[in-house]
Amino acid sequence: MIPYQMPSLGADMESGFLREWKVKPGDTVKRGDIIAEVETQKGIIDIEVFDDGIIGELLIKVDDKVPVGTLMTHILTKDEAAAGIKPEKLTVQQAATAVSPPPVQRHIKASPLARKIAEEKGIDLASVKGTGPDGAITREDVERTTQKTVPAERSVSENVRMAVAAAMSKSNREIPHYYLDTTVDMTKSLTWMAEANKKLPLQERLLPVVLILKAAALACREVPDLNAWWENGPVKKDHVNIGFVVSLRSGGLMVPSINDADQKSLAQLMVALNDVIPRARAMKLKSSELVQTTLTVTSLGEGAVESVYGVIYPPQVAILGFGGIHEAPWAENGMLDVRKVMTITLAADHRATDGQTGNRFLLAINKNLQQPEKL
Amino acid sequence: MTEDQIKSVVFRLLKTVAPDTDPTQLKPGDNIRQSLSIDSFDYLQFIVGLDKELGIQTPEEDYGKIGTLKELVEYVSSRRPLAK
Repeated sequence: MIPYQMPSLGADMESGFLREWKVKPGDTVKRGDIIAEVETQKGIIDIEVFDDGIIGELLIKVDDKVPVGTLMTHILTKDEAAAGIKPEKLTVQQAATAVSPPPVQRHIKASPLARKIAEEKGIDLASVKGTGPDGAITREDVERTTQKTVPAERSVSENVRMAVAAAMSKSNREIPHYYLDTTVDMTKSLTWMAEANKKLPLQERLLPVVLILKAAALACREVPDLNAWWENGPVKKDHVNIGFVVSLRSGGLMVPSINDADQKSLAQLMVALNDVIPRARAMKLKSSELVQTTLTVTSLGEGAVESVYGVIYPPQVAILGFGGIHEAPWAENGMLDVRKVMTITLAADHRATDGQTGNRFLLAINKNLQQPEKL
Repeated sequence: MTEDQIKSVVFRLLKTVAPDTDPTQLKPGDNIRQSLSIDSFDYLQFIVGLDKELGIQTPEEDYGKIGTLKELVEYVSSRRPLAK
């Protein structure tokens, strides 16, 4: 019997609203199946199971606010399901408490009912202004706060803004960033791509961004220390899942992950982008596209400024920035020429790696871009 | 196909990739991508749509020839004879 808990769909996520169960008790599921829709600040996310089995009792009601880590259901084996094992039922509050006990509010005066409502709604009593005797917080005070903080009252773009704000603030607070940059000659890559595109129908034509993504993904294999998470220490990841920053026209960003990008051909990466970019813009992503990212790439594209210094998305330990491709004077072998060049920047977590590792990583990306036929 | 018909297809397709903009406000000399903040991915979708709707073929080396609205309309006209 495997417990299925509300997944964290980003460093900034504390809870989500269950909007729909896609399964019922007794349904057979396999790894990767979508079992529910959860509304977060990043839109409605399809959440997936990570194990094969049979769905147990559904412990959460639709439209409940569910803190990250709350037990939602169990995945049972065939034998367990046949034996009729019913997992012990936990309420939302009990499950949430088991995972992360709320801090004890010692110095705040509040009525027991106000405390109970605040706990249920996940409100910090310290943020509520009391109007009762001696400034004690009453039920009415808490309810006023609830009305103010109902997420539905914020527009989608405000929610995205707040999600970005929370993640970036956490990053800047906790991660000691170091930065490196290098400018690379893109002539070989672009010439190779133009030739390849002549043979391809319009719909399948490659964009420079897929060469960049593949070059970065392969570099993650060569320098695995940057393909990692900081989890009380650096933890290297087996898969190379590249988060690709998609800016929303209404403001804010979504960072869907291209999973196993190192294993994909350029054509497959193009197909993956064609699939994921429109869904990111429509805020319709799957949980596996948000929670498994091992390295983020932000690419400004042509016509943009020359370099971008990113802020790492925790728990990752690095972010790569690709500036706009532009013409510049280029000295090589004592000769001066005009070439199409691009500046690559690396922002990395100094707790996890040092400049020497970052240096090897950027050199590996450059080497890959000089051998486009191997991408 | 008249110039106005070409423009109306162009505006409609631009509106689908950049729904929050008003492409009809583009002046002939405006750079389309910069004026409407369209990234390379969306621009490719736009060209794909243009080729499909107007039955033309736009090779990659011609992308540089269709930066402004005026250039784009002329480019499409040269591939599809204008109605008299």
